[in-house]
Amino acid sequence: MTGLRTPMSRVRGLGAAKSGTGHFIAQRVSALALLVLLPLFAICLARSGAPDADAARAFFGSPGGAVLTLLTLTAVLYHMRLGAQVVIEDYLSGGLKTALLVVNTLLAAGLWLAAAWSLLILSL
Amino acid sequence: MASKPADPRPLSPHVSVWRWHATMASSILHRLTGIALYLGAVALSVWIILLAAGEEAKIAFLFEGFWNCALMAAMIGLTYAASYHWLNGLRHLLWDAGIGFSPKGSNLRSWLIISGALAPTALIWAPTFLGGAS
Repeated sequence: MTGLRTPMSRVRGLGAAKSGTGHFIAQRVSALALLVLLPLFAICLARSGAPDADAARAFFGSPGGAVLTLLTLTAVLYHMRLGAQVVIEDYLSGGLKTALLVVNTLLAAGLWLAAAWSLLILSL
Repeated sequence: MASKPADPRPLSPHVSVWRWHATMASSILHRLTGIALYLGAVALSVWIILLAAGEEAKIAFLFEGFWNCALMAAMIGLTYAASYHWLNGLRHLLWDAGIGFSPKGSNLRSWLIISGALAPTALIWAPTFLGGAS
């Protein structure tokens, strides 16, 4: 196993894929954030009077509601992008895999920006 | 699975020949609930965007008749998915810390998490169904 690896590659310890530790850590750090944020957000949203549109708008537009929603949604979208990436890489291959990996990233980034902008509008 | 296999070595974990057990179910359920929550997060984001744009009339049909029942069922399902993914995610973090690997304990915790996730689901939805909405 180790016979064919150079001493430098053993020291670097990155394995064949060369990356992935950052993904692993980011998945866990966002999980830690969600451990606190998700119950808090779920309880606040459930008590806000949602899904009534005006009550929901008031909640998302309040300082506490906007910040809590932005924090939760940021952690959720980041965590789900990382998680879905693993699922796609595990079960798919070829062009479909590449396409879905791109869609996954663009969807998460696009929804995050659009939702952050919307929360800003609701707060004004 | 009825007769003893001629070859006593372990079978490869292929789904079609593998007996379902608790830890396998909880592992698969973690991925399934993750995918369900992906859809839920997309829906939540779209809803916030519609509210900000004042375009919530476009989804008003979701709150009437059949679609309202479907929406409620989906929301309760998502609450269970979030509760389950949260509890099993905590377990994943403890695994990363090297805690909780005994086979018997793992089976027990799988059942505890699968059933235990019903509790927060019930707590969140009780006010809606018992009329004591706060």
